[in-house]
Amino acid sequence: MSGVRVLVGTRKGAFVLTADGKRDRWAVSGPHFSGWEIYHMKGSPADPDRIYASQCSGWSGQVIQRSDDGGSTFAPVGNQFSYDGTPGTHQWYDGTPHPWEFERVWHLEPARDDPDTVYAGVEDAGLFKSADGGKSWQELPGLRGHGTGSAWQPGAGGMCLHTIILDPATPARMFAAISAAGAFRSDDAGQTWRAVNRGLRSEGIPDPDAEVGHCVHRIAMHPSRPDVLYMQKHWDVMRTDNAGETWREISGNLPTDFGFPIDVHAHEPETIYVVPITSDSEHFPPNGQLRVYRSRTGGDEWEPLANGLPQQNCYVNVLRDAMAVDSLDECGIYFGTTGGQVYASADAGDSWAPIVRDLPAVLSVEVQTLS
Amino acid sequence: MIRVVLPAHLRRLAGVAGEVRLEVTGPVSQRSVLDALEGRYPMLRGTIRDQESHRRRAFIRFFACEEDLSHESPDASLPDAVASGAEPYLIVGAMAGG
Repeated sequence: MSGVRVLVGTRKGAFVLTADGKRDRWAVSGPHFSGWEIYHMKGSPADPDRIYASQCSGWSGQVIQRSDDGGSTFAPVGNQFSYDGTPGTHQWYDGTPHPWEFERVWHLEPARDDPDTVYAGVEDAGLFKSADGGKSWQELPGLRGHGTGSAWQPGAGGMCLHTIILDPATPARMFAAISAAGAFRSDDAGQTWRAVNRGLRSEGIPDPDAEVGHCVHRIAMHPSRPDVLYMQKHWDVMRTDNAGETWREISGNLPTDFGFPIDVHAHEPETIYVVPITSDSEHFPPNGQLRVYRSRTGGDEWEPLANGLPQQNCYVNVLRDAMAVDSLDECGIYFGTTGGQVYASADAGDSWAPIVRDLPAVLSVEVQTLS
Repeated sequence: MIRVVLPAHLRRLAGVAGEVRLEVTGPVSQRSVLDALEGRYPMLRGTIRDQESHRRRAFIRFFACEEDLSHESPDASLPDAVASGAEPYLIVGAMAGG
């Protein structure tokens, strides 16, 4: 029987939420890695029993955990992330040069065809790869070294590489996104990179349409349409139809175009989801009403989805890696909040219910669809 | 026999309960104790000191015999009471909330 496994990373541990295909009764296990920050967990598309987790703490730094049994047990693997060669400098908040220093892994992206191959997006922004199940990590230095790295600057949350997208149709093509540098594309499996930010405008930087410097919060792709990418930028929701060559704004009638996550319906490549947040200084939903917005037209025209979500006195945030979709026949949507709630919709967003209400602040949500 | 006390979050990571007891060959220093500790529990590499520079992580402290040894040379001899096992070597998470 089909089912889902939702992997939740929080400020104080990881939780695994499971349900059958109806998605109305849930089992909760955890906390795993109690007391540690779990920035991200993700399962391998090639082997759903293989799950990688990024575990870190201010005291003891970075640990990578791996499960080979679907999240029942985990064991630490390699945690040495050394930048290739002499790291050089990027810009600090005040514009002065600052040496690259590894802080943590924000995002883990397992390869589509090999459970032992996994990519890690890190702070300070860099891209690493492991081909041995996480035991050892090597930087793909072409991204940091492609020419604009010295101009990258951290966003408020640090200079993080938070999005890694592997193109299912063109295996050598991959995308990465960095706050606050922008979007980047490789067409040779991560060896060389170029910025793909044409069409982005950011009023918070001296040259609003600069090649780099944009605070991209999240990018999403539907696997059947790999040239179409959707982006939630600091402000503005954007779309490209040519793999990042040019972007156009699709914020349309959103109540605010600030936000963090963005995702795509599993079976409808033009159906997308965002969670509008009031502003960069007010990280909560407008008017205290938590609403997901859905566009069935690939952007521009949006409808609020509020059924089952709190519509008064709600002042949580939804972080960039905290939304996911399953691929059951009726697509399920999931997101977690900084207030510790994880909400699920088993009907593509028409109605919502909390799976859990009182976890630590949720940093990330991923879902595995199990057969 | 050297007795080492880990903070709770590292005990969970290493899968140990209570004190760790280590055999250290040669001079008993912070470096040789940590080398032996990481040799027995490789998952602790990088969580107490940097894996390349071996510099102590900023929010980790080393105590023994009611003294703070965090700023001592890693190659300085540890007190006899630690070397004999009479007193434990304490690896402590600094008081920093979060």
